[in-house]
Parts: sequence; structure tokens; C-alpha cells
Amino acid sequence: MALIKCDKLECGYEGKAVTAPISLSVERGDYLCIVGENGAGKSTLMKTLLGLQLPIAGKLEIGDGLKKKEIGYLPQQTQIQRDFPASVWEIVLSGFQGSCGLRPFYNKAEKAGAEKNIEKMGITHLKNKCYRELSGGQQQRVLLARALCATKKILLLDEPVAGLDPKLTLEMYKLISKINKEEKITIIMISHDINAAYQYATHILYVGDKIFFGKKDEFVESDLGKHFYAFMGGSDGRNN
Amino acid sequence: MAEIIDKIVYYFSFSMVRNAMIVGVLIALCASLFGVTLVLKRFSFIGDGLSHVAFGAMSVATVLNIVNDNLFIFPVTIVCAILLLKTGRNAKIKGDSAIAMLSVGAMAVGYLLVNLSSKSSNISGDVCSTLFGSTSILTLRREDVIFCGVISVIVVTAFVFFYNKMFAVTFDENFANAVGTNANAYNLMIAITIAVIIVLAMKLVGSLLISALIIFPSLSAMRVFKNFKAVTICSAIISVLCSASGILISILAGTPVGSTIVVVNIAVFFIFSLIGRY
Repeated sequence: MALIKCDKLECGYEGKAVTAPISLSVERGDYLCIVGENGAGKSTLMKTLLGLQLPIAGKLEIGDGLKKKEIGYLPQQTQIQRDFPASVWEIVLSGFQGSCGLRPFYNKAEKAGAEKNIEKMGITHLKNKCYRELSGGQQQRVLLARALCATKKILLLDEPVAGLDPKLTLEMYKLISKINKEEKITIIMISHDINAAYQYATHILYVGDKIFFGKKDEFVESDLGKHFYAFMGGSDGRNN
Repeated sequence: MAEIIDKIVYYFSFSMVRNAMIVGVLIALCASLFGVTLVLKRFSFIGDGLSHVAFGAMSVATVLNIVNDNLFIFPVTIVCAILLLKTGRNAKIKGDSAIAMLSVGAMAVGYLLVNLSSKSSNISGDVCSTLFGSTSILTLRREDVIFCGVISVIVVTAFVFFYNKMFAVTFDENFANAVGTNANAYNLMIAITIAVIIVLAMKLVGSLLISALIIFPSLSAMRVFKNFKAVTICSAIISVLCSASGILISILAGTPVGSTIVVVNIAVFFIFSLIGRY
């Protein structure tokens, strides 16, 4: 049974679909990269998967005992967050808001969990720092720690390396890959970085005029894959 | 100094001064708590727009000779708050222009109605006191004080109870929704609470000056403090102290209550800005 299964799913706004019908199925432990040109509807698809907006057409099934409260999400940064007075601790802890329900305060187990995820991300020394004073890479780690608090099963990431320099980008990818391998958390990631997609992903979803979904190797060999790879200016030695 | 203290003690022997102080402090506390969220959500202008609506509603209530005008002003302002919040997202008229339209419209209609139907010989005086706060803070009845107290307890309790959720929804609405928090419900709660606070605060500082009461304390607190809890607590303290000292100064110096409180808030803002810089 798949964690997430889409059957001819169309996503869009105000009744208008922006994506072609997408069919995919994500299993436990998969690492799915969503690639495609700007404006192809990748973020819209992700928001639909998260239930933030309704599908325009088609079917979306969340299965394998996955509840809505158990999906971790790393959204793109918003304008509001740039000058928000909040400590790293407050933000990471807020990842537990789903499991908290209507209980007004976080319990000991949740606080311990937040502590652990902060440690995992290697940002323990920043725990009491103000979020807006951190570097871009550190901010992403904070949001990743928060997403980990929300889930033990699946993580959806919307361009987690946007605005990071190459070194931080590499670190971020390694971190995500580690989460996928060691914690067996399923990853669905939107990325502009075709090289990273080829290196880490097990599956690729291409969103554009045409849709491709399948194992990474199938995409690499497909005409669509080759064309897109050249278009994105991917480097040689694609499977390094 | 002793002279001033004697004067204060003398004034506080009057129940109306005590009432004004209690109500002033309570309103300031409520306004500042939700002010933090409002400022961070970029909703400051909603406070401003709603205060104009409240003025319009009050004028209509006066013209219609509604005895308990609260019964009219509260629902109208709350409905407008909900409308503004909804249109802020996905309407044909964008959020900021919708607010501008509604607030200016309410203001114009309100003044027009008062002007056409008022039997008072001092229309501009009446209007001026509604806009900039009046002596009504000193003519509060016992029921007003109790009403204000009850509302304040509800607002503060709600704030403490939902504190963590409010933080989550304010910081990242998309994430909150994705992990199962109903962000819209909390937005609605924030809008309703703000409407209630604004109508209450109209008695204290007048409808033109309410936003100052809501945004200044949190903006001051944000200059210095770097986490949400500290900002919230600090802004509550600033707001209460500013209101209390504003009321005292206005009693001693005979200045208008509302603008004195706002001026004290402005002064504190500059002091905190300086502290934050160094």
C-alpha cells in the first residue's frame, strides 16, 4: 500500500488546472524529486498533496495509516518570517502543534523530541538565538528540525536549498539524505537542481507539458529526461 | 513631589478616576497581547480600518436612538472584521483597498448621519470627542467597568490558552495548515477579538487613536527582544505602564486622555529603539 497515490490528479487555483494530469505512487522509504520548469505547478502540486488546496480533478489517496497530522513540511520562506522575533526553540517546538491538538501547552515528551531534533540538525548552540539573525543555511536547518517534529513518516520539502551557497546546499542535501536513509522517512522534494535529483532520488516526477513519473534510472534514460538534463545544464558524470 | 502624590491620592478618592484607571489598564493589556500577532501578520491596518467602522456604527446607533449602543456596535464591527480578513486573501478588491474603502466609507456615512440628525448644538465637539477620546472614560458607569472586566478576562484567558497555536499560525500559516492546525479558525478568532478590543478601546482613546494602542507596545518590544514570548510579555507590560502613566499625566496636567497615552507610547517606542540599537 502506497503512502501517497495520485490518479490523474490535476492541481491549480480557482477551478483552473495548471498541471497536466499526474499519476504517481510513493512508497515508504522512497526519495522522490519533483523537477520541472518554473511555473509548471510544482509548488501547487505539493500544496495539493498537503491538503492546503483541493484537487481540480482526479484522485488523491493518502494511505498506509498515514494521517494528515503526520506529514512534515518544509515550505518556502515567507516575507513575514524575515523579521519575526522568535527563538529557534520556539519555532522547532511549534512542529508539534499537530500532535498537541487542543492541549494548550507542549508536554515533556514533545519538548524532549524538539531537543533531539535540534541536536540532529547540529544547531544546539543556536537554540536560544533569534531566527531572523541566523544565516540562510541555519534557518533552513531550523525549519527542517521543525518539520521532523511533525512527522516520523514523510517529509515534503519545497526547494530546501533556495538561496544557499554551494557548500551549504551540499550539507543540506546530505542532511536530507541521512534523514531518508537512517530514519526511513519518505522524502518528496521540489528541486531545481537536476544533479542533486540524479544523485539522491530514487524516483523522479517531471512536471511540465508532459508528465513523467518513475524510477530515477528510467527518467535518466528517457528522451524527456535527456532533454531536460541538457536544458538544465546538468554537469557530466551524472551519477557521481 | 509630595504635592503631586497628594494630588493623585486626592483624585483617586473619586470612584470615577479609579474606574477610568481600571478600564484603561485592562484595555491596554488586551490590545497589546493581540497587537503582537496583528503586527507580525501585517494586519496593523485592519485595526485602523475597524476603528473607523466602529465610529460609523456608533454614529448610526446614536441616530437610531439605540439605548444600549454596544449591542449594535459590537456585531457590526465583528462582521466587518470577518469580512476584511476574508477579502484580504482572495477577493476582486484587494485587501488594502477594501480596508481603505470600508473605513473611509464608514467614517463619512457616520459623520453625515450625525450631522443630519443631531439635536446637539455642538456637533463638532461630539464628533471630536468620539474621534480622539473624550471625557467618557471619566463618566464610566459601574456596569461599564464590570463589562470591560469580563471581556478582558475572556480575552486574556483565550490568549494564554491559544498562545502556542497563535504563535504557530502567525509564524507560518502554510505549515500550520499542513500539519493539521485550522489556521482559518484562529485567524477568525483573532479578527473577532481585535474587533471587540477596538470597540472597548474607543471609549479610552477614541477611534482615531486605537491602532496606536494596539501596535506601539508590540513594536517597541520588538526593538529590544528577540523571541516571541519575551516580546509578548514586554509589550503587555509596556502597554499597561504607558496607559497608567498616560492617564495619571492627563489627570494632573489636564490633557486629553487618549492622546496623552499615545504620546507616552511614542516616547517609549523611541527609547526602546535606542536601546535596541546599542
